[in-house]
Amino acid sequence: MAAGSTEKLSIVKAINASLRKSLETDNKVVIMGEDVGKLGGVFRVTDGLQKDFGEERVIDTPLAESGIVGTAIGLALRGYRPVVEIQFDGFVFPAYDQIVTQLAKMHARALGKVKMPVVIRIPYGGGIGAVEHHSESPEALFAHVAGLKCVSPSNAFDAYWMMQQAIASDDPVIYFEPKRRYHDRSEVNTSAIPGPLHAARLERLGTDLTLAAYGPMVKVCRDAAAAAAEEGKSIEVLDLRSISPIDFDAIEASVRRTGRLVIVHEAPVFFGSGAEVAARITERCFYHLEAPVLRVGGFHAPYPPSRLEDEYLPGLDRVLDAVDRALAY
Amino acid sequence: MTVDSTAARKPRRSSTKRTRAKQPTADQTQLVQLLTPEGERVEHPDYSIDLTPEELRGLYRDMVLTRRFDAEATTLQRQGELGLWASLLGQEAPQIGSGRALRDDDYVFPTYREHGVAWCRDVDPTNLLGMFRGVNNGGWDPNSNNFHLYTIVIGSQTLHATGYAMGVAKDGADSAVIAYFGDGASSQGDVAEAFTFSAVYNAPVVFFCQNNQWAISEPTERQTRVPLYQRAQGYGFPGVRVDGNDVLACLAVTRAALERARSGQGPMLVEAFTYRMGAHTTSDDPTRYRADEERELWEAKDPILRLRTYLTREEFADEAFFTALDQESDALAKRVRDAVRSMPDPDHMAIFENIYADGHALVDEERAQFAAYQASFAEEGH
Repeated sequence: MAAGSTEKLSIVKAINASLRKSLETDNKVVIMGEDVGKLGGVFRVTDGLQKDFGEERVIDTPLAESGIVGTAIGLALRGYRPVVEIQFDGFVFPAYDQIVTQLAKMHARALGKVKMPVVIRIPYGGGIGAVEHHSESPEALFAHVAGLKCVSPSNAFDAYWMMQQAIASDDPVIYFEPKRRYHDRSEVNTSAIPGPLHAARLERLGTDLTLAAYGPMVKVCRDAAAAAAEEGKSIEVLDLRSISPIDFDAIEASVRRTGRLVIVHEAPVFFGSGAEVAARITERCFYHLEAPVLRVGGFHAPYPPSRLEDEYLPGLDRVLDAVDRALAY
Repeated sequence: MTVDSTAARKPRRSSTKRTRAKQPTADQTQLVQLLTPEGERVEHPDYSIDLTPEELRGLYRDMVLTRRFDAEATTLQRQGELGLWASLLGQEAPQIGSGRALRDDDYVFPTYREHGVAWCRDVDPTNLLGMFRGVNNGGWDPNSNNFHLYTIVIGSQTLHATGYAMGVAKDGADSAVIAYFGDGASSQGDVAEAFTFSAVYNAPVVFFCQNNQWAISEPTERQTRVPLYQRAQGYGFPGVRVDGNDVLACLAVTRAALERARSGQGPMLVEAFTYRMGAHTTSDDPTRYRADEERELWEAKDPILRLRTYLTREEFADEAFFTALDQESDALAKRVRDAVRSMPDPDHMAIFENIYADGHALVDEERAQFAAYQASFAEEGH
């Protein structure tokens, strides 16, 4: 893709283009992960990068997630900017100690004297008919940890630019990739001036209720808003884009207009990011709320076998059901 | 490896009494030694060292001052000035020997007990005490002395060292990296992964294991069936066991391992066979799990005493040297004591400092709320 062009890209291609751009412009950027080299990653996100930038820049690692993140920390201490891939959401936990105990706290422990510009890419979420441990949404487990930042793009434009911004950040960023939307295509302008990494974006204006989501659930909410419109309901859709920090100002501004909020994510509702949004928004604009903040998400159950995932995942009807309940107050 | 032959003939049913390899003692396996417990210089076919009397006195001085500093920190904990202290008593030789093998451009990844290595890196001893006093969680700039922060979660730093070494190799530099860890850490997955990564990338890192025989209350036989240095073989790099109470052997072997790393030959494991003479930390009570006799056996192998014997016999140091060193030790202890006692508590707003390099909206919000909350007391005249 030529620099500065506008092109319709899938999320996979947009991330690939963004990684390529960073490898070109900053020789301290290295890509690390299992199968990211010749294979180009199991989802082909790093396709062709090792061929063009060599094995020193695009590094196939041993099959050990703690080792991947732990050595990325060491490389960052040496002045590198590692972008590491965790192959699937459910495989991140062997690295959880290095992420939570070491990566997140290093800048504070060193009294700000060292920086940790590490990006951890995690393809996450369900809907692809996968086997166990390949469909999880662990974002709340990272958002809970001070020192980390967590983002999740919902479209190719954001996928490109949020990766650029994540790599430029001097803080560790967990970059959650909505794997079931990997092949959704949208316009990407690589000479655009993007908004702030952690700002929410109004996806659709409405007056009756706000739907807030991020990553793979933005499309579901957009579809739900369109369906509700046919029934004469005006639904606003907010793409949060960032889970740590969360753009509470944007949610509050929307809720002050609409008076109702439903937050949607694939992750279990219990202790999920929706719980935090509900609590904060209730605190910030209690008297503007016409109904309790409702949450739609996964159950307090292990991610089910794939034959059941359509029942487990919040779909159009579950979102509309919550919309109806909120509007009925 | 010796197997209990009685148990092998008559298998026992109890799972708790399975046939188990006996822990080899230092004498049963290869041990690099250049200075015996009696203070005799001996030669080793693979590792030699030739030091001037001044250099030998320097090593002695390092060990004595480190031990004095360490004793002072223990005292400060007993007096309530520190919340905790992890003493290095008995481990002066591996720390000074390996620490003095390093070049300035080498990089150190310590555990939380590497006070002697910190001394060799010119980290101000009082900086080490901040985290034990509870005024910070780190306390120094790792890059100013190429000495990383103390790492408390066991074994994690071996991966950081490996990644750093991968970066050194990418940069084409000829520096080396050294990762400290203990016999307990050898059971950690991160240490195994560090061995794997360093081996497959041929990273210039030396893994320096101080086997002090005890992981709090668990003896080394709870961590391994084979001598720890032999683990390296399975990963494809050399491992060597050195007398960890012999500062000369520790220096010689670490020098060789670092040189090997610098010349592109990859990682090496050094197991310094030593003994934790004190408790794990000031919160520990070793009388619950180990016998006094064991400690007495190791007292006879004291690293400082044997070098003093050698220095005296060879007339490399006289009474004036030892007397002056005693005075220097007391002065160091006084400086540390005064510095700790006058170490101020951090400002309460320090809770919110340095969490992020680029800021975070929630931290900003909570900082402002907490500041306003604190200010409200002042307004009320409390």
